Amino acid sequence: MGVAAEKEKPKLIDEKGLRVDGRRPDELRPIDMEVGVLKNADGSALVKYGNTWVLAAVYGPREAVPKHMTLPDRAVLRCRYRMLSFSTHERKSPAPSRREIELSKVIREALEPAVLTELYPRTTIDIFIEVLNAHGGTRTAGVTAAALALADAGIPMRDLVAGVAVGKVDGIIVLDINENEDMYGEADMPVAAMPGLGRITLLQLNGVLTPEEFRVALKLALQGIKRIYDMQKEVLRHKYAVVEE
Amino acid sequence: MSVTPELPIIPKLKANAILNLLARGQRIDKRRLDEYREITIKTGYVPNAEGSAYVKLGNTQVLAGVKLEVGQPYADAPNEGVLIVNAEFIPAASPSFEPGPPDENAIELARIIDRSLREPRVIETNKLAIIPGKKVWIIWLDIYVLDHDGNLIDACMLASMTALMSTRIPAIDVNKETGEVTIKREETQGLLPISRLVTTVSVYKIGNYLVVDPNQEEEALSSARLSITVTEEGLIAGLQKAGLDHLTETEIEKAIELALNNAPKLITAIREAAKDIRAKEGINSEGG
Repeated sequence: MGVAAEKEKPKLIDEKGLRVDGRRPDELRPIDMEVGVLKNADGSALVKYGNTWVLAAVYGPREAVPKHMTLPDRAVLRCRYRMLSFSTHERKSPAPSRREIELSKVIREALEPAVLTELYPRTTIDIFIEVLNAHGGTRTAGVTAAALALADAGIPMRDLVAGVAVGKVDGIIVLDINENEDMYGEADMPVAAMPGLGRITLLQLNGVLTPEEFRVALKLALQGIKRIYDMQKEVLRHKYAVVEE
Repeated sequence: MSVTPELPIIPKLKANAILNLLARGQRIDKRRLDEYREITIKTGYVPNAEGSAYVKLGNTQVLAGVKLEVGQPYADAPNEGVLIVNAEFIPAASPSFEPGPPDENAIELARIIDRSLREPRVIETNKLAIIPGKKVWIIWLDIYVLDHDGNLIDACMLASMTALMSTRIPAIDVNKETGEVTIKREETQGLLPISRLVTTVSVYKIGNYLVVDPNQEEEALSSARLSITVTEEGLIAGLQKAGLDHLTETEIEKAIELALNNAPKLITAIREAAKDIRAKEGINSEGG
């Protein structure tokens, strides 16, 4: 987008209507999820959307330090989204960037509607999201990973939250945009939702869309989210429900 | 770390009054749910700034100013000017604002305004190279919230857009041998080139109702917000959901409709406010 416009813009959709990595417009990248990947954390997950790899860890509900940061009627969510210094092409300074500060807030607010914080007053639930490798869609993969980590920690939730970014590239609305599509495309729209309840918890748009394109993009995002949500449930079922037989 | 904020305390009686009125399609200050408060915009408010605007939206007051400096372009855009947006919620503006570096709310606001200007290419930065690849104009857009009575994003966007519309580029001297650029701020070489106007309409969810332009009490009662950037052509040029609660697809549809309906009035207000300065510089206020 904007900044990259000066560079030669590659063709993002070929003659067959396929994308730079060979996907159809409504196709997700290969997605891989694993829960319980860390020993010390109460809950953890590693989520991969293609070459975007995100690790999430959850600690809590636990006693807050300092104590004055707690709330009398519910748990406080604390969320940090961060990119490892070598997760990007150019080294990312480990100091928190304005982007990371904003995304920590946006991701926290994507998870808040799901967590039953009222069950744990005066405690904190800490969510750490580390981007291991960035290739587009890190915040939405982060939300998907964090929701799995919360579930893995046994924290009661109204529903799981899953996220995906849709975009407009060469005039076409596409699902799960990668880094090249984000950089050279016309719009990037990250969305997260609780599909079981039809609730949208994260919505951003970076770019320009007509109102009609927006409607199409939101529908496509919700379809993609539903598929990711089914994978989340499958992964959790695999870890926790299989032994019951 | 981003931490769940403590919710502002609203007296129960007041909260009930607000909610009961909303159920009847009314607001505590007699507005409709889709109605903005009175907007006052004073253009060229700060004489030393290259462009500035003071905005009063109800009792919310904000000030945006533009300073231009000569600097280096980004490597991936060697012939384009650079826009840098900052916002500060000064401690004078609210008992809940503290001195110190901008918090996540101020950073989020600045980044929403930055994206809303950048993505639809509001400023024609390609016309702002001085020595291609070496020297370009750096546009510092700084926003200060002076008094917080709700809906800061929309007030700050109105001030930012008007300040940019009224920004004069100072004259310069370029030393042919050394390539050194001297700014002569007492003279002007014309207005900052603007391609299109944008505004934001922030829709707030209070209970099950959607309202625009809440005052501070209504905002404190709201559970979620969707800020929608709209261009003068009626395109959507940015979205940002915030708040502890969710939005349904239907609520988002309604919010977009509220934004598309309200944006023309706000854009007219910006155009009107910048009209005199743009006329004086010999450019009509319609376009760039």
